[in-house]
Amino acid sequence: MAEAQGKIRSGYVRPLDLKHGCVDLTHGSGGRSMVQLISELFARHLGNEYLGQGNDGAVLPAPTINGRAGRLVMSTDSHVVSPLFFPGGDIGCLSVHGTVNDVAVMGATPLYLAAGFVLEEGFPLADLARIVESMAHAAREAGVPVVTGDTKVVERGKGDGVFITTTGVGVLPDGLELGGSLARPGDVILVSGSLGDHGVAIMSKRENLSFDAPIESDTAALNGLIAAMLATGAGLRCLRDPTRGGLAATLNEIAGQSGVGMMLYEKAIPVKPVVSAACEFLGLDPLYVANEGKLIAICSALDAELVLNAMRAHPLGREACFIGDVIADDHHFVQLTTAFGGRRIVDWLAGDQLPRIC
Amino acid sequence: MKYIDEFRDGELAKNLALSIGAEVAAGRSYSFMEFCGGHTHAISRYGLTDLLPPTVHMVHGPGCPVCVLPIGRVDMAIDLALKQGVILCTYGDTLRIPASDGLSLMKAKARGGDIRMVYSTLDALQIARDNPAREVVFFAIGFETTTPPTAVAIQQAQTEGLANFSVICCHVLTPSAISNILESPEVRQWGTVPLDGFIGPAHVSTVIGSRPYEFFAEEYRKPVVIAGFEPLDVMQAILMLVRQVNEDRAEVENEFARAVSRDGNVKAQDRVAEVFELRREFEWRGLSVVPYSALRIRRKYAAFDAERKFNLDYRSVPDNKACECGAILRGVKKPQDCKLFGTVCTPENPIGSCMVSSEGACAAHYSYGRYKDMH
Repeated sequence: MAEAQGKIRSGYVRPLDLKHGCVDLTHGSGGRSMVQLISELFARHLGNEYLGQGNDGAVLPAPTINGRAGRLVMSTDSHVVSPLFFPGGDIGCLSVHGTVNDVAVMGATPLYLAAGFVLEEGFPLADLARIVESMAHAAREAGVPVVTGDTKVVERGKGDGVFITTTGVGVLPDGLELGGSLARPGDVILVSGSLGDHGVAIMSKRENLSFDAPIESDTAALNGLIAAMLATGAGLRCLRDPTRGGLAATLNEIAGQSGVGMMLYEKAIPVKPVVSAACEFLGLDPLYVANEGKLIAICSALDAELVLNAMRAHPLGREACFIGDVIADDHHFVQLTTAFGGRRIVDWLAGDQLPRIC
Repeated sequence: MKYIDEFRDGELAKNLALSIGAEVAAGRSYSFMEFCGGHTHAISRYGLTDLLPPTVHMVHGPGCPVCVLPIGRVDMAIDLALKQGVILCTYGDTLRIPASDGLSLMKAKARGGDIRMVYSTLDALQIARDNPAREVVFFAIGFETTTPPTAVAIQQAQTEGLANFSVICCHVLTPSAISNILESPEVRQWGTVPLDGFIGPAHVSTVIGSRPYEFFAEEYRKPVVIAGFEPLDVMQAILMLVRQVNEDRAEVENEFARAVSRDGNVKAQDRVAEVFELRREFEWRGLSVVPYSALRIRRKYAAFDAERKFNLDYRSVPDNKACECGAILRGVKKPQDCKLFGTVCTPENPIGSCMVSSEGACAAHYSYGRYKDMH
């Protein structure tokens, strides 16, 4: 008896099978399996002093900026991308970049992230590990730790592998005001680089549509670029990352909020040849295609050069350029002077972009 | 992109615009119908009318496959998806066409219909192979451009013995629609729709060739210039039409010679003739019932004809009373003339089919050109 007892190693738990294992319902049920998943996967990769507190919430120091108290900025974003792994990234890094960028475009310094995972029963643990590692890498690069999180498991067929919701908190110095309602006629519209890369990279890997486009998603954290732009002290009015709905949706939003019109110049809008070629045969318009590592800046015309120079000095803004003007227009239209010499509206997207038939 | 950008060159466009401006005769106006939605889209998207003299008017024609599909046909597809539980596959734009009871294929999908967007008939075949226990129906719409791929899919299904695959054939014929417009009282008797010539279809003509239009040039004395879908193609075609009118010629000219021959794609025509035959009549949105204007699947391939397989009966459904799609498709009215345009009928909530596809006259004007009505 005593001999037999000696063979039982106290507290032994077989490690997660990260090669062949799958998520099952016990990983979300509040038992040992859940604790194991959290400690062997999430905490292992994402770990930091706040996550390590292991409580229901993270206790964080009062935020300061430049040694003074600042205002909090908070933003949240759910990520449901398909496919989960795409050229240039995956849902893990995307879920960090998306929220970091939403906080940063407010002018704030992103400080912390919270992450909620909805996992589908049967999802390979190896894929989950890849996603969490990618998330951890992105968080480290952006300098924004994941300080609290949550995991739920849904039955097979009730999710799409993994959904990740991230919430970000940042601190905004007093006196700095950026927002969609601050664009004024006479301001200029700048963009940090080529448009449509992310959307086309994703589409190139959709199951019913694989084509070999040598294009990678532009997914990236923009907080460094934005800090460099803010450091110029230029008259920035509004920053925004043109994700879903692309440039068109973002500018229509701002035009509506500010009560202004916009005039874009098609020749000035940077689109990579491979992106415009892919859009051409899919019947899509690159102005409506999503980006995940680009920003639009609206600033006073006088400061345009200053801001552009700061952007171009940063690796993520090397191709920054001027694309249009803010104009007075009671109808708040975003218009485009076409490369052909005519004029047209760049309207809100109606539903999804669907390919035309003939 | 090199071969595309060449046809979007703003400098060349300016020169063409100058030529058109110099050649239009003083004191007369020119009305040309661009038959195809592809041309309508190019004209709106590139702001082409800004480059034309005010005496040149473009009339939008019915060549938008989504626009001319009547409600009853979409209802058939929705019924199959919701009541018979088939996997219904179709091309992108078709999903948004308004049908009866406030439904569309997109809304039917939200109600549980297994409706899938495909890029090619071959994708639909693959879905049939992957789901042998389920019926897979391809809802085939479009003019002569999309007909050959449907023919190929049906033949392929027969070769493979794919018994769970079938097609609702709604393919329609361009020449019949042009005849219908030319024979309409607005053009023929009353002259309320002035028509001095046509910009002939681009992709359709790659299949059927330029020969079928010769009848219209001779019989109705209307010049036809077949043109590509790029904006410079359209500008060049307008210049060629102006010249024909000025010189009192009515000929078929081919601006799109890089892709269109007089005989077209004979292989594709043979495939189509092998699988399809003329329907005695077919209802079009806007043009009503047009005799011999559409195709159906030959008896030889009856096993793949969803209308026969599921005993589908076509039931005609009238359009919304206030909707002017019919008149707009015949060139009688402009989108702005419709009371619903931009009020209750918008691309988000289309009442009529012309507001659905970006090739439709209403959607093209709403999305690209409505600022012109407001300033």
